[in-house]
Amino acid sequence: MDKSITLPPDEIFRNLENAKRFAIDIGGSLTKLAYYSTVQHKVAKVRSFDKATKEAASDKLYEISVQEEVTARLHFIKFENAYIETCLDFIKDHLVNTETKVIKATGGGAHKFKELIERKLGLKVDKEDEMTCLIKGCNFVLRNIPHEAFVYAKHADSEFRFQTTQPDIFPYLLVNIGSGVSIVKVESEDKFERIGGSSIGGGTFWGLGALLTKTKRFDELLQLASKGQHTSVDMLVKDIYGGSYGSLGLTGDLIASSFGKSATADKEFSKEDMAKSLLHMISNDIGQLACLYAKLHNLSRVYFGGFFIRGHPVTMHTITYSINFFTKGEVQALFLRHEGYLGAIGAFLKGAEEDNPNQYSWGENYAGSSGLMSVSPDMNPMQRARSGTFDMLEMDRLERQLVNLPLLQDPSSYIPDTMDLTEDALAREYWLYCFEEALDGVVKRAVASQPDMPEAAERAEKFRQKYRHKLQTLRHQPFAYGSLTVRSLLDTREHCLNEFNFPDPYSKIKQNENDIALKYYQKAVKSLEELSWEERQFALVRGVLAGNVFDWGAKAVSDVLESDPEFGFEQAKRQLEGSKCLKTTHPGFLLQGPPHKCALFFVDNSGVDIILGVIPFVRELLSRGTEVVLASNSGPALNDVTNGELQILTERIAAMDPVIQAGLREDRLTLVQSGSSSPCLDLSRLDKVLAQVVRERQTDLVIIEGMGRAIHTNYYAMLSCESLKMAVIKNSWLADRLGGKLFSVVFKYEVPAGKPSQGSAAVTPS
Amino acid sequence: MAFNGHQREDEGIDEDETPTKQPRSEKEMPGCFKTEPHNEASASAGRSTSERRTSNSTMRHRADSVKKTRPPFPWFGMDIGGTLVKLVYFEPKDITAEEEQEEVENLKSIRRYLTSNTAYGKTGIRDVHLELQDLTLCGRTGNLHFIRFPTHDLPAFLQMGRNKHFSSLHTTLCATGGGAYKFESDFRTMADLQLHKLDELDCLIRGVLYIDSVMSSGPSECYYFENPTDPDHCVQKPYTLENPYPLLLVNIGSGVSILAVYSESNYKRVTGTSLGGGTFLGLCCLLTGCSTFEEALEMASQGESTRVDKLVRDIYGGDYERFGLPGWAVASSFGNMMSKEKRESVSKEDLARATLVTITNNIGSITRMCALNENIERVVFVGNFLRVNTLSMKLLAYAMDYWSKGQLKALFLRHEGYFGAVGALLELLHPS
Repeated sequence: MDKSITLPPDEIFRNLENAKRFAIDIGGSLTKLAYYSTVQHKVAKVRSFDKATKEAASDKLYEISVQEEVTARLHFIKFENAYIETCLDFIKDHLVNTETKVIKATGGGAHKFKELIERKLGLKVDKEDEMTCLIKGCNFVLRNIPHEAFVYAKHADSEFRFQTTQPDIFPYLLVNIGSGVSIVKVESEDKFERIGGSSIGGGTFWGLGALLTKTKRFDELLQLASKGQHTSVDMLVKDIYGGSYGSLGLTGDLIASSFGKSATADKEFSKEDMAKSLLHMISNDIGQLACLYAKLHNLSRVYFGGFFIRGHPVTMHTITYSINFFTKGEVQALFLRHEGYLGAIGAFLKGAEEDNPNQYSWGENYAGSSGLMSVSPDMNPMQRARSGTFDMLEMDRLERQLVNLPLLQDPSSYIPDTMDLTEDALAREYWLYCFEEALDGVVKRAVASQPDMPEAAERAEKFRQKYRHKLQTLRHQPFAYGSLTVRSLLDTREHCLNEFNFPDPYSKIKQNENDIALKYYQKAVKSLEELSWEERQFALVRGVLAGNVFDWGAKAVSDVLESDPEFGFEQAKRQLEGSKCLKTTHPGFLLQGPPHKCALFFVDNSGVDIILGVIPFVRELLSRGTEVVLASNSGPALNDVTNGELQILTERIAAMDPVIQAGLREDRLTLVQSGSSSPCLDLSRLDKVLAQVVRERQTDLVIIEGMGRAIHTNYYAMLSCESLKMAVIKNSWLADRLGGKLFSVVFKYEVPAGKPSQGSAAVTPS
Repeated sequence: MAFNGHQREDEGIDEDETPTKQPRSEKEMPGCFKTEPHNEASASAGRSTSERRTSNSTMRHRADSVKKTRPPFPWFGMDIGGTLVKLVYFEPKDITAEEEQEEVENLKSIRRYLTSNTAYGKTGIRDVHLELQDLTLCGRTGNLHFIRFPTHDLPAFLQMGRNKHFSSLHTTLCATGGGAYKFESDFRTMADLQLHKLDELDCLIRGVLYIDSVMSSGPSECYYFENPTDPDHCVQKPYTLENPYPLLLVNIGSGVSILAVYSESNYKRVTGTSLGGGTFLGLCCLLTGCSTFEEALEMASQGESTRVDKLVRDIYGGDYERFGLPGWAVASSFGNMMSKEKRESVSKEDLARATLVTITNNIGSITRMCALNENIERVVFVGNFLRVNTLSMKLLAYAMDYWSKGQLKALFLRHEGYFGAVGALLELLHPS
């Protein structure tokens, strides 16, 4: 056992102090350890000043406090079996607070290491069935991790084409290629069946390959195979026919007989060529059987896993090729980003059944996860020195269950992101540059948000390093966390900020903005009321758009706000005056007809945006008899208004405005949280409560505001009811892409086909 | 100009009425009993191609038509595969003295050469045990001979054809298999022979149905294994392939083709696999240094595959009950060879056996899935991989029976690899 390695504890086995519920999956060469821990981290809270103390307090609108919150996190660590003893020692030394008595174990090696684990950790090893764990883990990642599954296309611009999460993941076929092959049909969470298998699998490639080439290691065999030419060993159709077998449509290059040439020739064959021939033989055979089973059981989703596939582009390619050949493209071979962790995840879930982890939604923590191909030497030349062979996955328990917006026209084809930076190299380059450029500003903002904490600067520096490293990784491996998008870049930044305890760098700015905007509220409402109906509709829309200019996330704006603190609403309106409208419809269309039953409004920024732009618009809707559901972020992201802040703001506005007050009192104005802490919006992962409210209120209008929610995401989202997307483009590159200028406006009012173009109370969302 | 004596035959003999082996029915019988001449030869002989002879035709007419449409001797059918060339030769035994006299020397010499030897050159072999005697084919009675030689010796064969002036006989050489295409120009340039190329699957099916239909006495053409899952009581039993359709036909040559056959002319290639006989021999040569199929089989018969393969019980200590997998089932073919120690402890015989078992079981497994997908219960395995390979046949019989819980029946045919060549011969005698 290699005892010489020193583990970087803070980077790998994180939060061991609180760890409980260990599970371990020991495979032929890799060990996967799983545990549950609670993470204490800072969260920003807002609270109205008590009436009693209000006078005593400052003139601030509300109190901001940073509190410690405990959230649940799942840790998964993958390392080579050689490190197992060192790792167990490390865990033993750092495990303090645990009442854990058993460790769930699965995988072929669990038996071999049972004694070692029990001795080192003092935990009783409890073995779980391998296949059951695998399926449990598979269900878990398919349900909780967006872009978990991908199609592999070797010669495409982007090798990895990620699949959107399906509302229903069942039924599917899992083809697990370990030393043998198991083909499992999964019909529901608890119902699965091994419908077949084959003895020709990874062990055949390895065993036979070792005999033929005298090469011992699996990876080396794959290396050999990737350099070989199978045509010197295999008998092709053209070797028999001289060309193709036309009447059957078999082309000349097809393999008629694997190793067919090594039977007749008295010559030597190169190791590379034999390895390649063997790889083709086995991949084709597995692919063929998988197709036969898929056809027999009428299944079109086929996932491949097991050590034969794991992180090996070579085998993913040959399997994909085989599936395409045998199904003529009707079935796609799907692979999983976290395939190597399925057994460990499943074993963990088995042990955690009493906590019922499946009742929660979990989210991949981009800050703590290594990403796809992190330890693949051929993919990542700039291997991290310290944690070289350690790969990690961390998942946060989300406070609420996330579900689809019931108003999506087709949940299975919904893609939140407008631009896929994995495929669009130019856009990728631009945005990576953008985020790198903005890093200094974010660091500065983070430090400034915690003036009382002397070590903030040091933490902010750590944040900078971490996020910069992520950006570098993504530059080389844009597929590391699924499709690379502006949203994922923003989310990764939020995760990294949280990691270093900067829960809400914009809290003070938001507080200030809200305070100022509130002072103008009554005046703004009064001036709107003085307008004619028609004028007012235009003014309301202009107001929302002008308010949306106040976005600290956009460099063009933050520069202005930074240099001119007096920049105000009126100036913003003037800024928009001359700008071109990129996508527009007469707003009269929207508010002319019979009132909508209920409008769902996804809001964006604090301050002027929400108070002077959105609320007056909401007020108009309420006056027309339309109920309004205001959906805001659950957690902070940039200067976006959070649900907590919005609660306080609406209370304050209600105190000044009888319309809003009546709306709240009569429950015609409701505030809900979106379930998100992102400047963008994924309509397939929303708070379950929101979905419920939307359904109950028979929502027939969805308004999405802001660049992150309506342009970076959801620009092409199709809803089953009327929708309005409004945003100001505060990025000149993006404006250019969309064919406009900086501060161009998007006002996109859409009516689903087959629906009358005006709001109708009869619409019942399905 | 030399010619074939039978073109001059004027005296008709009612050969049609004296077949020693009758086809089961005309309908199934693809030979010359369905006398519907519409090939070029008959057209040039002045017969209307639309003139149809029904079963009500008089014998005289029939004999005439048979005689006139009958191609000149010699009658060959050839199947040039990836590994082996299969040749069937019809030796007429009813040659009259007059014929004998008129028979050209070249023809005589070929006949004598083929029928008086059982081995040709270093590698050509006549499978005497498969010879069909007293067979009536197209009005002539004689013996059908089955000859094979490696495809890589085709040049020597062509040279012999050249030496024996085969081309002077002006026979049409009906050939199927990929080699008919690949070597077409070699036949022309080296032996001055024009090939009539035929589709291999058409020929295969025609050959299978014909041979099965003419075998009525002697050892049954079709057979199966009784009690396939009980090694002590597993015995070969004859099987009558009546109402053969639908049928899954699995041809295991160098590679494997799997056909679903619904009637003689209605069939489809369901799928195929490149893991076939060529793979068995190719891998055996690499792993053991052997060089022939016979050698490889001999080694396999002495080896133990369980030393090479990883079994279910090697992983689970017994049956994997959760999934109904018995402990003896192979979990990973060659799986034990991942370990260095085990690699060093196995014999060549073990490796040959494991290769045989791996390839055979894989064919069984793909076949079974096809049978399920096509909803066919009878499977006929043919092809030269099964020649003198009882081991594989029993494995296939076992696999079909065990994994289908007795639903599937594995059938085998004595003339294993020759059906394509027989089909080609039939095409010569009676073009479809």
